[in-house]
Amino acid sequence: MTLAAAAATAAHATATTAADPQGFLSPTGVEIAFLLVGLVTLGAAVVTVTTRQLVHAALWLVVALGGLAVEYLLLTAEFIAWVQVLIYVGSVVVLLLFGLMLTRAPIGRSPDADSGNRWVALGVAVTAAAALVWVVVDAFRTTWIDLDGAPAGSTEVTGASLFQHWVLPFEALSVLLLAALVGAIVLSRKAKTEAGADAEAERAAATAPGAPRSGATRRETEGTR
Amino acid sequence: MHLAYPAVLSALLFCTGLYGVLARRNAILVLMSVELMLNAVNLNLVAFDVWLSRAAEETLHSGQALALFTIAIAAAEIGIGLAIVLAVYRNRGTSDIDKLRDTAEGHEPDGPESDVSGSGASAPRTATEKAEATA
Amino acid sequence: MTTTTLAVLVPLLPFLGAIAGLLLGRTAPGFVRPLAVLPTLVSLGLAAAVAARQGGDGAVDAATELTPTGSVPIELALYVDGFAALTAVLVTVVATCVQIYSTGYLRDDPRYPSYAALVSLFTSAMLLVVYSGDLMVLLVGWEVMGICSYFLVGHYWETPEARAASLKAFLVTKLGDVPFLIGLFALATDAGSFRITRILGAVANGGIEQPTLIALLLLAGVAGKSAQFPLHTWLPDAMAGPTPVSALIHAATMVAAGVYFVARLLPLFEASRAAMTVLAVMAAVTMTGSALAALAQDDIKRVLAYSTIGQLGYMTGALAVADRGAAVFHLLSHGAFKALLFLAAGVIIHAAGTNSLAAMSRMGRLRDRVPDAYWTMTVALLALAAIPPFSGFFSKEAVLGSAEHVVTGHTGAAPAAAGWIVLLAGLVTALLTAAYATRLWLLAFRGDGPDAADHGRQPLSMTVVLWVLAVPSLALGGLAFRVLPDWFDGHDLTPTLTTSVLGTGVALVGGIVTYATWRHTTAHAARIPLGAVAAHPEGDPGRVEAEAIASHEPAYGDIAYAPDPTDPGRLLLGPLHRPAAAGFHLDALYTALFVRPVRAGASLVRFLDREVVETYVRGAGTLPRWLGAAVRRAQTGNLQTYVSALLAGTVVLTVAVVLAATGA
Repeated sequence: MTLAAAAATAAHATATTAADPQGFLSPTGVEIAFLLVGLVTLGAAVVTVTTRQLVHAALWLVVALGGLAVEYLLLTAEFIAWVQVLIYVGSVVVLLLFGLMLTRAPIGRSPDADSGNRWVALGVAVTAAAALVWVVVDAFRTTWIDLDGAPAGSTEVTGASLFQHWVLPFEALSVLLLAALVGAIVLSRKAKTEAGADAEAERAAATAPGAPRSGATRRETEGTR
Repeated sequence: MHLAYPAVLSALLFCTGLYGVLARRNAILVLMSVELMLNAVNLNLVAFDVWLSRAAEETLHSGQALALFTIAIAAAEIGIGLAIVLAVYRNRGTSDIDKLRDTAEGHEPDGPESDVSGSGASAPRTATEKAEATA
Repeated sequence: MTTTTLAVLVPLLPFLGAIAGLLLGRTAPGFVRPLAVLPTLVSLGLAAAVAARQGGDGAVDAATELTPTGSVPIELALYVDGFAALTAVLVTVVATCVQIYSTGYLRDDPRYPSYAALVSLFTSAMLLVVYSGDLMVLLVGWEVMGICSYFLVGHYWETPEARAASLKAFLVTKLGDVPFLIGLFALATDAGSFRITRILGAVANGGIEQPTLIALLLLAGVAGKSAQFPLHTWLPDAMAGPTPVSALIHAATMVAAGVYFVARLLPLFEASRAAMTVLAVMAAVTMTGSALAALAQDDIKRVLAYSTIGQLGYMTGALAVADRGAAVFHLLSHGAFKALLFLAAGVIIHAAGTNSLAAMSRMGRLRDRVPDAYWTMTVALLALAAIPPFSGFFSKEAVLGSAEHVVTGHTGAAPAAAGWIVLLAGLVTALLTAAYATRLWLLAFRGDGPDAADHGRQPLSMTVVLWVLAVPSLALGGLAFRVLPDWFDGHDLTPTLTTSVLGTGVALVGGIVTYATWRHTTAHAARIPLGAVAAHPEGDPGRVEAEAIASHEPAYGDIAYAPDPTDPGRLLLGPLHRPAAAGFHLDALYTALFVRPVRAGASLVRFLDREVVETYVRGAGTLPRWLGAAVRRAQTGNLQTYVSALLAGTVVLTVAVVLAATGA
């Protein structure tokens, strides 16, 4: 196949060190670890999208995201791994749990967690997975990553590249985060006109406006860290 | 390490998220699935960055930088998304995507439900059944 | 002014009068009567001047082409020969009489302005036909006459008879006009021109390739316009119109147009012996059949209508033996006495309050109520019956004489068979004509019973016209038969001894037999009071007539028939009486042959359209409707469904692109 051939040629041309005779039948320890953690991650992700208990889904999401952090570590991208743990596991999941609570998500098994669309969704997902896996495997089956030597994603290396080459997008991103902050506040604030009729409803959901605002504030601090 | 491992894992995670986006009924679960998809992309970015940083002489670490940006943008997205879900919930008394069918033909526009604070658990369910019956 | 200018003004003046009458009819009612009478009167003077200047010499021929119109040019052409000049004089005389008469006859009619304007337009169209030297321009006048007759016959459109009659007149004449138009085109294609002079030149040079076909096509139009068998059925029904309109149609315009047209193009018809024979047969059937039918009619106007058809048969008979001088001679004299007959009949109907001869025969002293109509009608009936020395005698003898010429082989212009047919039919018809004229006179004026109601004297405008028309009816023939050959082809129009004796003899026999029968029936039959009499005998004549026509069918059960045992026609005709009264059931035959199949076809087409075509249309709509319903089901409003479809499509496309890129 031309795609695989092109990828292989590129790999041979650019990475002569990766040409060592390695194979699937002689996995290294890192590979085994990656595989096992990957299985756990995938399993947690699958449970996340299939479980009927909404809060459990959020907790399984923690497992999946944590597993991904471990994968980052195995790939020697340690800074991203810690950022992953901090932001996703620490704040995003907490935020999602707040959202579940604020929308009165039922505790326990809810019979209608999946819509009637699920078989179509399954078909699309499986087809997409098959296509992607086929293409990816076909393209990169002869490509290896050399994980020896200095870690590719240490804090020093990442910080240097970020503030040398990527400083302008970084600042633009902080503006975007500010806009998201303002947007979240505007969206979650109650309109003044409906204050009269829905006063009791507002009092009942009194915690609703506070949570996103605090979450956004926290994220803002983390994003500009 | 074989590059196919992270690539395949990323593809599978992406498709799992895809399934979640298409199949879940609760809007917050849909947001979770979106997070899964974003993380799958992140894994791809990191893996290929590591591979290329070894293979090339000079590298910008663009993969890792983009992964960081994606994480930040995902955080912003989840904030905005949750705010929207909350606003919808406050207006409609539900966060079920199935019930947000204002664009369907013959859908009679239902105003803000009055029993938001009351029997919030039973009213959305009957409304959901009605929506499915008419669909 | 040159003769050409005068001739142009003759048809133009009534036309302008009609336009002005239509425009001013509502706003200035005082101008309507002058606008109706004066243009026609001036036209009469101009037509007489044209005739005097033309004087039977060479034809006045002028033409101007307004604009190129394609392969065959259409020109505004004028062609005034002796025929045209004298026919125009007749038309204007009768039209003037009719207009003057109408001012009295329809004096209280609210629709008089439009009526007078239409009569003017009718006159103008006929004059256009008479003077035109171009067949296309002639056709314009021809068709304008058709539409005018439609409006005028339907003048009393409140009555169903008038509505049906106007539609019938229009449709039947149009039925003839379609082949007529095709014939005109064929003729122009062969001759390369619509000009009559060029066409006649082409005929003389043998340039017409299909003379028989063209002549027969043209004959269809002529039969429709001139009410010849088998397209004559509209004329008796057209009696539902006002009497002056009947006089106009029967005497001067419309029916005369067909005969005049054939007279103009007679060389073309002579070129085809088959056409001449068909013409002769048509004339013979028309003559005898209409005379029989006239003998059985109860409505005085229908009697006159059938007599018109018969006299037109004489004219076509004269044409069939290739003597257009005799034909136009009879056209002139017939125009005079037939106009007189109708106008006098209008007076009688007003005085008697009925149009039924059976009812009139039960009124005493009717002739004393209308002495003018009595005397003038007597003159006109004698002319109709061709008793010497009235004008009808000379013109009819001219026709019979030319037929006899053909029979005896003095001229080779027409087949001898045509001559025999015309001669025999003419003699039989002369007998019948005398019979029904006598019957009409006896029943109308020699009635016995309670005195007719006295409505006072008739208006002067109506009675004077009768005497004016009585003069040519009395004297035209005797004075004109020596002069007219100079104007016409030069054929001798002097009565020959054989036909004179024969014709007058059979006419006298017919009259005497009818009189004897009448004496017999009136002596023996019981005096059954009969009557269809108008409800408002003191109203204006037009209203009386409309009521009389409308009440005839309810009173007698038939528009043409009355169960009258004192009718001499009943005894004379015997078993033929009932079919003759119904016009030999031609209408029923046409209904069975044409009307019912057409109606059935229409309902079939309606069924096909409603049930079959509509089904296909609905079926064609059903599939998209189903598709639409199916597609509509996809629009659930659920975003996830939409995204699923979107992503599925994306996956399919991606796979396809990858496969294509890798060449798999």
